[in-house]
Amino acid sequence: MTKLLSVRLVAILVGLGFAVAVLWGFLVGAYNAATEEAPGHLPYEHPRDIDYSFNGPFGKWDQAQLQRGLKVYNEVCSACHSLKFVAFRDLQQLGYSEGQVKAFAASKQVPGIDPNTGEATTRAGLPTDYFPSPYPNAVAAAAANNNAIPPDLSLITKARGDGTNYVASLLMGYQEPSAELLEEHPEAAPAPGLHHNPYFPNLNLAMAPPLTSAGQVTYDDGTEATVEQMSTDVAAFLTWTAEPTLVKRKQTGWPVLIFLLFATVLAYMSKRQIWSAVKRKK
Amino acid sequence: MSFPWARQYEPTNGLTKFLDEKLPLPRLVYNAVGAGYPVPRNLSYFWNFGVLAGFFLMVQIVTGVVLAMHYAANAQVAFATTEHIMRDVNWGWMMRYAHANGASFFFIVVYLHIFRGLFYSSYKAPREMIWLLGVVIFLLMMATAFMGYVLPWGQMSFWGAKVITGLFGAIPLVGEPIQVWLLGGFAPDNAALNRFFSLHFLLPFVIAGVVILHIWALHIPGSSNPTGVEVKSESDTVPFHPYYTAKDGFGLGIALLAYFALVFFLPNALGHPDNYIEANPLSTPAHIVPEWYFWPFYAILRAFTVDFFFIPAKLMGVLAMFSSILLWFFLPWLDKSPVRSGHYRPLFRKFFWFGLIPTMIVLFICGGAPAEEPYVMLSQLATAYYFLHFLVILPIISSVEKPEPLPYSITEAVLGSDKKMVKGEQTSPAV
Amino acid sequence: MADTTATATPETVTTSEDGIRRRDFLDIAAISAAGIGGLAVVYPLVSQMAPSKDVLAASSTEVDVSAIEPGQAIKAVFRKQPLFVRRLTPAEIQAANAVPASSLRDPQTLEERTKEGHTDMLVTMGVCTHLGCVPLGAAEGEVKGEFGGYFCPCHGSHYDTAGRIRKGPAPSNLEVPEYEFTSDTVIQVG
Repeated sequence: MTKLLSVRLVAILVGLGFAVAVLWGFLVGAYNAATEEAPGHLPYEHPRDIDYSFNGPFGKWDQAQLQRGLKVYNEVCSACHSLKFVAFRDLQQLGYSEGQVKAFAASKQVPGIDPNTGEATTRAGLPTDYFPSPYPNAVAAAAANNNAIPPDLSLITKARGDGTNYVASLLMGYQEPSAELLEEHPEAAPAPGLHHNPYFPNLNLAMAPPLTSAGQVTYDDGTEATVEQMSTDVAAFLTWTAEPTLVKRKQTGWPVLIFLLFATVLAYMSKRQIWSAVKRKK
Repeated sequence: MSFPWARQYEPTNGLTKFLDEKLPLPRLVYNAVGAGYPVPRNLSYFWNFGVLAGFFLMVQIVTGVVLAMHYAANAQVAFATTEHIMRDVNWGWMMRYAHANGASFFFIVVYLHIFRGLFYSSYKAPREMIWLLGVVIFLLMMATAFMGYVLPWGQMSFWGAKVITGLFGAIPLVGEPIQVWLLGGFAPDNAALNRFFSLHFLLPFVIAGVVILHIWALHIPGSSNPTGVEVKSESDTVPFHPYYTAKDGFGLGIALLAYFALVFFLPNALGHPDNYIEANPLSTPAHIVPEWYFWPFYAILRAFTVDFFFIPAKLMGVLAMFSSILLWFFLPWLDKSPVRSGHYRPLFRKFFWFGLIPTMIVLFICGGAPAEEPYVMLSQLATAYYFLHFLVILPIISSVEKPEPLPYSITEAVLGSDKKMVKGEQTSPAV
Repeated sequence: MADTTATATPETVTTSEDGIRRRDFLDIAAISAAGIGGLAVVYPLVSQMAPSKDVLAASSTEVDVSAIEPGQAIKAVFRKQPLFVRRLTPAEIQAANAVPASSLRDPQTLEERTKEGHTDMLVTMGVCTHLGCVPLGAAEGEVKGEFGGYFCPCHGSHYDTAGRIRKGPAPSNLEVPEYEFTSDTVIQVG
């Protein structure tokens, strides 16, 4: 008994110790909060809500949109951004034929080895190859871009909160900082080489506006290539690159959930039936 | 031990008779989760979570073994093989989402299981050993989950590994050598990734072993129940099978519905976007957070912001974080109230619902929030209460509290009797 | 807690006979549903071990055969296994045709083993049909065996100029994979 009492005594002392230590920090924090001004956050905007065909539990890809997005990536983004987890063969999922994929792959130069000399060289791509990187390595990418390495875009829409909307909003969001913002947050003024974008968390982005004028890309299906159209299309395409199985996932989910619902109802009825006997007995 | 009225296993045909003589596995199952295990008849749905936790452990082992067939634990290719699983392996995306969300669900059901244990004081005699083994399982789960999160080698994987191993660096004198030894280097790299993979594969089987001990220990005194009154007679119990197998089957259906809704429709909702960025030792994410199930403990770690006499703040935080879980080992001896169930403990109940639960919610929110005001100050208040609750309040109220009258038996609590039955708190808010 | 309140609905109180039947049916249905669910889970668990998409995509290979001189052979890779492509000399063709197919262990003519109009182009797997070693004879200066084709050093199987087994333990001729000429100089294997 005395032993147990001592366990509790030690516990109370330890508990009080931790409480005092952490409350001491609280007092210091409270004093600081009262006397110092906390640095405020730069006000950045949350991405715009854009309606995509693949949103929602029944969402499906809009293949025409994905094809347009591929064109935007191919003609604009691919100059600086790699897409290293996407293979040319995957493009068949966008509705291209085997021949079209082969031709597209062949139009790209991928790193290869000279079969005779063994020297590093490039060769025409095969469907099994992955999108080549515009830079041989990270150092080259940094050197060519003022030390800001353009991120790989394969997973970009999963690697940002609300990624699809974020990418689209960011691409359409370039603008001059407003006078009120600069008045309130003088530090938000873009430094040389940076560009103001209200959707970027610190408001200053190294990437120059990539989509600047309507018709920058000529769509094969005749869709008018406004900046908004190009931005939403490429964001849709990058959603596909980030998760090619997105639609299959949702389509698999429905039968699973419906079956489980059915099984759960059965389990409930069975359980009630089994328990009804024991309740009546007494 | 078993209740004298427990049904006896009787082999019916040649095969079961042969087995019963040579290897009485059917008998073991019959007595463990079959008709041979008498269970209090009044268990609420809060008693479903033990079975569910076992189920999710199996889900994790099955999906994990599958993922290990396609994953390569090498810093050069770990991220790429993870994407290979997501894109090219047949059903690989489903296996990975099932594994990632399976971890979350494992923690959800285990947290509810612990919550049940805390409210109904399931840790009290004669069930101390069940509780102690449970805490061991929880610690092993945390280690396993932490190492598993490192494997995809995303930004959060890398920086999580760096921060958590950095905790050991807070230990005076030997801290830094320990940290370097844990990582096999000066920062997380191949050596760390490989050993984390090895241990991440091993530990679930260790957990499964401790789970068996946990269930074994449970079968010595038998299951507790919402009244906290021990089983007195046969009318207090029903056989586990078919009564609780049926009830657990229904509970499993509900859990699986929620689980698969997440796996198929919101698979990344509980993850962090930064982990889809490949690990980069030269670029720290703006805001390093662990997985959601560690948030309360992460909040305790960060709550200590100033040195406490000769103890540096960092060390204090590390000590507090580990203590916050290790103190659970002492609960059976800190809470000496003779009454188990919170339903019959007015003072305990108040501190539980209005003290501990809000505290855990605050710690959870603060742990996931950036280290800035008001979260830091809130987490400091909550941390103080957390330690006071378990180490000071619980021992004291268990001595001063006057419990409400208990029902004579489980049967009486269920079916009522002429004697006065305690009502009132029978339907607690969360039930 | 739902179970602690005893409820006697009219349904459960009436007909004990029907109740038993209904109860059996429900239990069987619930257990069957669990069984079906368990079986459904087996499918992806088995399927995940089958070749993944990238492996399947690499299951066909194009080989440029324009640079192969008569009497020479190249080693290519088809499905991660060696592929021998050999341009036969007129003498080698003659040697292959001189043997009556019926006298062979695995009777096949050179014509059957090559494509029409390309009888000088012998495309075979470089995998000995005995136990899977890689036979010699494709590269310049390697032992070609007693019959001037390929020779497997593992257990001494000799293949002739048409890649047919002539001597040694191998049971059948070197396998000719499925292939076609996509142009005069390019073959697509698989």
